[in-house]
Amino acid sequence: MSVLHFAILLPLLAAPFIPFLFRALKRIHTGWFVLVVPVLLFVYFFRFIGITSAGDVVSETVEWMPSLGINFTAYVDGLGLLFALLITGIGALVVLYSIYYLNKDKESLGHFYVYLLLFMGAMLGVVLSDNMVVMYMFWELTSISSFLLIGYWYEKERSRYGARKSMLITVFGGLSMLGGIVILESIVGSFSIRDMVANQALIAESPFFVAAMILILLGAFTKSAQFPFHIWLPDAMEAPTPVSAYLHSATMVKAGLYLVARMSPVFQESSLWLWIIVTVGTFTLFWGAFNAVKQTDLKGILAFSTVSQLGLIMSLLGLGAAALHYDGIDDNIFMVATIAAIFHLINHATFKGSLFMMVGIVDHETGTRDIRKLGGLMTVMPITFTIAVIGSLSMAGLPPFNGFLSKEMFLKATTKVFSMDFFALDTIGILIPVVAFIASVFTFIYSLIIFTRTFMGKAKFDELPKQPHEAPIGMLIPPAILAILVVVLGFIPNVLSNSLIKPAVESIYPTLVASGQEVKVDIYFWHGPTPELFMTLGIIALGTLMFFMINKWMGIYNRIPNRLTLNGMYDGSLVWSNKAAYRFKDNYMTGFIRSYLIYIFVFMSGMLLFSMWWYDMYNFSFGEMAVITPYEYVLGAVVVLSAFAILFMRSRLPAIILLGVVGYGVALFFVFFEAPDLALTQLVIETVSVALFLLVFYHMPEISKKEARMRFKVGNALVSILVGVTVMMLSFMTLSNKSLSSISEYYKENVYDLAAGKNMVNVVLVDFRGFDTLFEIVVLAVAGFGIYTMIKFRTTQRTKGDGEHEHEAEK
Amino acid sequence: MNTKRKSKRVNDVILQTAAVIIFFIIIIFSINLFFSGHYSPGGGFVGGLMTAAALVLLLLAFDSKTLATVLPFDYRKMTAFGLFIAILTALHSVLWDRPFLTHAYDKFDLPLLGEETLHTAIAFDLGVYLVVIGVTMTIIQTIGESE
Repeated sequence: MSVLHFAILLPLLAAPFIPFLFRALKRIHTGWFVLVVPVLLFVYFFRFIGITSAGDVVSETVEWMPSLGINFTAYVDGLGLLFALLITGIGALVVLYSIYYLNKDKESLGHFYVYLLLFMGAMLGVVLSDNMVVMYMFWELTSISSFLLIGYWYEKERSRYGARKSMLITVFGGLSMLGGIVILESIVGSFSIRDMVANQALIAESPFFVAAMILILLGAFTKSAQFPFHIWLPDAMEAPTPVSAYLHSATMVKAGLYLVARMSPVFQESSLWLWIIVTVGTFTLFWGAFNAVKQTDLKGILAFSTVSQLGLIMSLLGLGAAALHYDGIDDNIFMVATIAAIFHLINHATFKGSLFMMVGIVDHETGTRDIRKLGGLMTVMPITFTIAVIGSLSMAGLPPFNGFLSKEMFLKATTKVFSMDFFALDTIGILIPVVAFIASVFTFIYSLIIFTRTFMGKAKFDELPKQPHEAPIGMLIPPAILAILVVVLGFIPNVLSNSLIKPAVESIYPTLVASGQEVKVDIYFWHGPTPELFMTLGIIALGTLMFFMINKWMGIYNRIPNRLTLNGMYDGSLVWSNKAAYRFKDNYMTGFIRSYLIYIFVFMSGMLLFSMWWYDMYNFSFGEMAVITPYEYVLGAVVVLSAFAILFMRSRLPAIILLGVVGYGVALFFVFFEAPDLALTQLVIETVSVALFLLVFYHMPEISKKEARMRFKVGNALVSILVGVTVMMLSFMTLSNKSLSSISEYYKENVYDLAAGKNMVNVVLVDFRGFDTLFEIVVLAVAGFGIYTMIKFRTTQRTKGDGEHEHEAEK
Repeated sequence: MNTKRKSKRVNDVILQTAAVIIFFIIIIFSINLFFSGHYSPGGGFVGGLMTAAALVLLLLAFDSKTLATVLPFDYRKMTAFGLFIAILTALHSVLWDRPFLTHAYDKFDLPLLGEETLHTAIAFDLGVYLVVIGVTMTIIQTIGESE
């Protein structure tokens, strides 16, 4: 266990203490204690920059399940470190922000910070694990913590709805990803991502290449809210705003991007990889931007904007794959796409984080996020307004902010499609820059909407739930830091170039780096009159025009019928699957034990008879049978006769006694066969169970006339005969087909030497097969408690006079 | 219905007198079964069942209230305790870096009994014994008490 492992697990280790701190120290906001964790981790990870920027990696392994190839390998390279810094850096700011956002007397902060730390640790685990199974585990943990955080205000119906939606979609993707991981492991023979990258050729040749790729991509697309899985993200906005800023904009939704970047070396030589990612990414970019414009909730706008920006980065990562097909020239022009992706990822975290926090402030101070009610806040909230302007304009891609730089690089990367003469990119690929342009226009429009509708225009303070005023300083510091970063990174982007971007890009192109190509990252404002500059100018011109004529074309949003929307389909499928499940269940869950017994017996007999036939085991030989003594004949007759007689009993008591006769008869058989242990156990069990039967039947009503005259039921008779025949066949078969020598000999020889016992049966029970016994008593205990709770529950329901339960049972 | 049942309950002197004596015989026999398990027929499972049978006999001869005052055990706790012992015994070997459920034994010179082998299997078996009694009695008591 190295310090690195400890660092990754630190948030998880700290989490259990939070509820106690929350209870014990009511006067101090719990957030202050939590804040220590991300700050420490940020400082710790910051020191790694020196290592990764020199092109080195750090790798530490702790054995977990070595026999399965699952080890906790912490692996820090440029890409992982970039994410780790984002997670801890933004995490620290968000925790600081939440201290002022969440009221310590009203909210259950204990829960909140436990979930948040859970998420932080899980996210660090995702980006710093080399073993894919470990990464998957952390991946699902992020889904779970996200679920808990979205549902934090669980009294609200929308919160629960949003939480469930995000859970269903992201866990669906996570499970697909697990499938992909298993396929990759079966090809490569290792769960390590580095081994997969090293054996990339092996994977590319495999017939399961496409399956593995699509499954992995499903995981990435669901997590990063790509079309058509993006529908969970807007509903996730029910979470408290610090959570939205952290999970649903800066970090968790970028896990999908991380996965795509991480798996790029494995898949990116395939044309399908490029096409799927670019298509999905570009369409998501457009769809998110297009839908953001019609939102009236500020957080809704930001949610769709996040979807759109994630699509942008996704498509850039896809385009970056083209760099592999462009060797020979030192200055690889397609690498610009990947550089832009990484750069925009950082920029997005800064401007979107600040915007989310800005919206949180507005919501907190005015009581609403509805842009139809807001307006004119500029004068009362000048600092918040400044933050909003910086963030929005950076998002819109205007100079001198960092968003402009990465947006230019994005446009440049899309125009490069024209010079790609492979994968048919130079024909249908023309659509990519066109869609990018349209999407950017919409991005420009909603960016304007965010700050104009909130801060400018007519002030309608009387309609607001609260009288607005500027936020407390603690709430302004985190977004202000991010806004300052937006500006600073705009002016001196090259502080990132060699420290963060280059190492990250290098880990996406291990083969190019190995072949001696150098990743050159040099970001600057003025490129001369290039196509992307004209595109930006066009976006600004068209965007401004459309912004002012917005009422003229808003009508197009009403053209889409509700039933056809993805949300409609999601809701519909939930309702439908619920109904179908009920219908299916009602068909076989009749409530009668006899029906269940029939299912069980028919299935058991069917399976056994079938497998006996399948393995050709019906060749019975009766040569080795022992001689049947007269005693055994008599006893056999007694057992069979009493079993038959039970069928004709008109009341319960004689039936139980006859059943007891059968049981004691079997016990006597054990005596004949010299098995004292079995005989003893059988006798006592028989005694106890007869007593139990008597007790149960004592409470039951007399057998009614109707039941007593019950007619012969052919179906039931057939099932019983089937079971009898199966068991008989089974015993004949085991006698006649001894392919393996009996294990009894082993027990006989070793019972004293290995276990110091002389009673073989008992030694087998407690020692040789102690596991069986252990689980048996567990099952017994569970059954006992089950019966106890079932009966007690029923009786308490009755005494309460609560007819609801029975009413439901009738249904 | 209820009154009819109550009137049916006879004060069975013969059964009650016999049950008290037989109860002890069965209990002693069941404990003997439990301890002798490793060398001759018996063991925790049979022993536990036998003890439960003795308790059932008392239950039938008297009633559940009498049983509860004479032997005030909480059988659900007994089940849990038995499971706990069994799992603890199974786990102890892990501490000595042996696989789960490895038993240990050695010969000891005990006062009165002379040289005897002590085996951790007996602790495991004790767990089984307690679980069997606990579960059987829990089931019988709950069903018996529910009206």
